[in-house]
Amino acid sequence: MIWNPAAEAVPLKERQSLQLERLRRIVDLAYHRVPFYRKSLDRIKLKPGHIKTLKDIEKLPFTTKDDLREGYPFGMFAVKLEEIVEFHTSSGTTGKPIVTGYTRGDIELWSEVMARALTMAGAGPQSIIQNAYGYGLFTGGLGTHYGARKIGAALVPISAGNTARQLQVMQDFGTTLLACTPSYSLYLAETAEEQAGGLRRLKLKSGCFGAEMWTERMRDEIERRLHLKALNIYGLTEVIGPGVAQECLRQSGLHIAEDHFFPEIISPETLRTCPEGESGELVLTTLTREGTPILRFRTKDITSLHREDCKCGRNSIKMARITGRSDDMLKVRGVLFFPSQIEKALLEIKGVEPHYQIILTRPHQLDEIEIQVETTRHIFSDEIKRLEELRSQIEKHLEHAINLRVKVTLVEPKKLPRSEGKAKRIVDNRQM
Amino acid sequence: MTGVRQISVFASNRPGKTAAITGVLAEAGINIMGMNIASSGDFGVIKFLVNDLEKADRALREKGFTISLNEVLAIEMEDVPGGLHRIADLLYRKNINVEYSYGLPMKPHRNAILIIEVEDVEQAKLLLKNEPLRFLSEPEIQKERG
Repeated sequence: MIWNPAAEAVPLKERQSLQLERLRRIVDLAYHRVPFYRKSLDRIKLKPGHIKTLKDIEKLPFTTKDDLREGYPFGMFAVKLEEIVEFHTSSGTTGKPIVTGYTRGDIELWSEVMARALTMAGAGPQSIIQNAYGYGLFTGGLGTHYGARKIGAALVPISAGNTARQLQVMQDFGTTLLACTPSYSLYLAETAEEQAGGLRRLKLKSGCFGAEMWTERMRDEIERRLHLKALNIYGLTEVIGPGVAQECLRQSGLHIAEDHFFPEIISPETLRTCPEGESGELVLTTLTREGTPILRFRTKDITSLHREDCKCGRNSIKMARITGRSDDMLKVRGVLFFPSQIEKALLEIKGVEPHYQIILTRPHQLDEIEIQVETTRHIFSDEIKRLEELRSQIEKHLEHAINLRVKVTLVEPKKLPRSEGKAKRIVDNRQM
Repeated sequence: MTGVRQISVFASNRPGKTAAITGVLAEAGINIMGMNIASSGDFGVIKFLVNDLEKADRALREKGFTISLNEVLAIEMEDVPGGLHRIADLLYRKNINVEYSYGLPMKPHRNAILIIEVEDVEQAKLLLKNEPLRFLSEPEIQKERG
C-alpha cells in the first residue's frame, strides 16, 4: 500500500514543478528570516530570485554541522519561539548539540513522512508497532511515534533498553513491526535464542532499522534470526529525524520523500554535484520545513541516487544504503577506508558474527590496527592450531579488503560492548 | 570401547581467566578429574574431564563461555619406566598423531590414565582394537581414578 499516492507516485514533471515552487519559497523564507542565510547568500551576491530552475540549487552555498552549531541554540530558527511546539537536538557528543525546532506544521510534516515510511514497511491500522527507539531529544522515538499514530497502528512506546521486557512484549503482544537500531535487533535475537523456547511465538513481519550504519550481510543475519523483512530507514535530526527516506518491501534502496527533502550527491573533495548513480556525499535541502529550514545540508553520509519506477508503485528517487561517512573514513598508514568495509569482509567468513571492534593505536609513530573478533561457538575449535588458522584467515581476508595489514585478536564472546543504542565499533587510541 | 568426552573452553590469555571458569564449575558442584591448558599468544583453550559433562556444559554456556565437547581416548598406562613409551610407540606404529594429551593417576597409585586426543577418534579406535591396551569408559575413570 502507498500512504500518499498523490505525492509518492506522480509523474516526474509534476513532482519537479512542485519541488521548484517549494525550493523558491524556502530560499526566500530562509533569506528573509534567518540572518545566517542572508549573510551567506549576500556574500556570493545571490538573491532568492536567481533560483529559476531546480539546477540552480547548485548555486546555493552549503550548510555544515558547524554552521548549525554556531547558531546554538535558536540562531537558525525562521519563526518566533511562540510558533515552536517541540525541540529536538543531536547527541552533541562532538561539541554543542544542534537544536532543531518544530512548528505545528513541521510535526504534521514529520508525521506524514513517517506514515509513508511505516506504510512502505508494510504497516497499517492492523499492525502492532514496537518502538524501541529512544524517546526524548533523540528524534528516533517520537518520529516513529507520530508516524504510527498517523496510520492508526497500535503502538507500543517501549523506548530503548530493557531487553527482557522488549522480548516479553514482542511475544505477548504479538508485535508485527519492530523499530530499533539494527545492532539492537541482533542483540534481541541473541538474547532470545538463549532463553528456553527461543523465538517461536513471534509474529514479526518487518522491521525499520536505522540510526546507524549496517550492511547487507547484517540484513541477512537479522532476517534469518528474527524471521522478518529487515528494512532500512534514514533520517537525521538536522533535517527532521527519521522519515527522510525508507526502503520499501522490494529492498532495493530507500525512497526519499523528495517532495519535502531535495537530495543531491556531491564529491566530498571537489564539492561538485555528481551525476545520478555516482557515489558521494548526500546533501539535503528541506523544501517545507518552517521552524528550522536548511539549505544544502552536508549530511556527510556516503550514498548514491537512482531514479526508477519501483515495482512497489512509487517513483520517488531512491538512495542506496549508506556505505560510510565522509568524516568517519579512517586513515591508517595513509590508507583510507570505511569501518563498514571491515564489517563486510568479516561477515564473508563463515561463522563470524558481526560482533567486532576496531582498535587503532600508534605505538612507535606508526599506526597499528587491531580487529577484535568474538569467538562464538560457530567458529570455536578445541584445537589451538585451528583457531590460529582461522585468525590468520581473517587477517588475510581483511588485508585483502582494505589493503592494509591488520592484527586480528580472537576474544571471548560478549566481551565487546553490546550497545542498546549505537554500537561502538571504533576505539581510536592514537595520540594525534 | 565406550567414548570418553571432554569439554573445551575458549579463554583470553590473561590472569584470572582460568579462575573464572573453574569458579563456574565449583559453584555448579562439578568435580574436575583431569585438565590441560594450551595457549597461543592472546588466547588459550582449557580442556576438562569432569564427572558430570551435561551439567558442566550447561553451567558454562549460561555464563556465556564458548565451549565445545569432543571425544578422547582414555588408556590405562603402567606407572613404571617405559609405561608411556609403550603406548606412544604403539601409536607411532599405527601412524596415529596425538593432538593433545594429559594424564591422571589411578587407584591404588600403581597405574595412571593417559588421555589422548587424536584427529580421528573412530579410526584410532579401529586401528588399536586388537592391541593389548585397556581403554576406560567414563564410569570406569570415575571409579578407578586416584
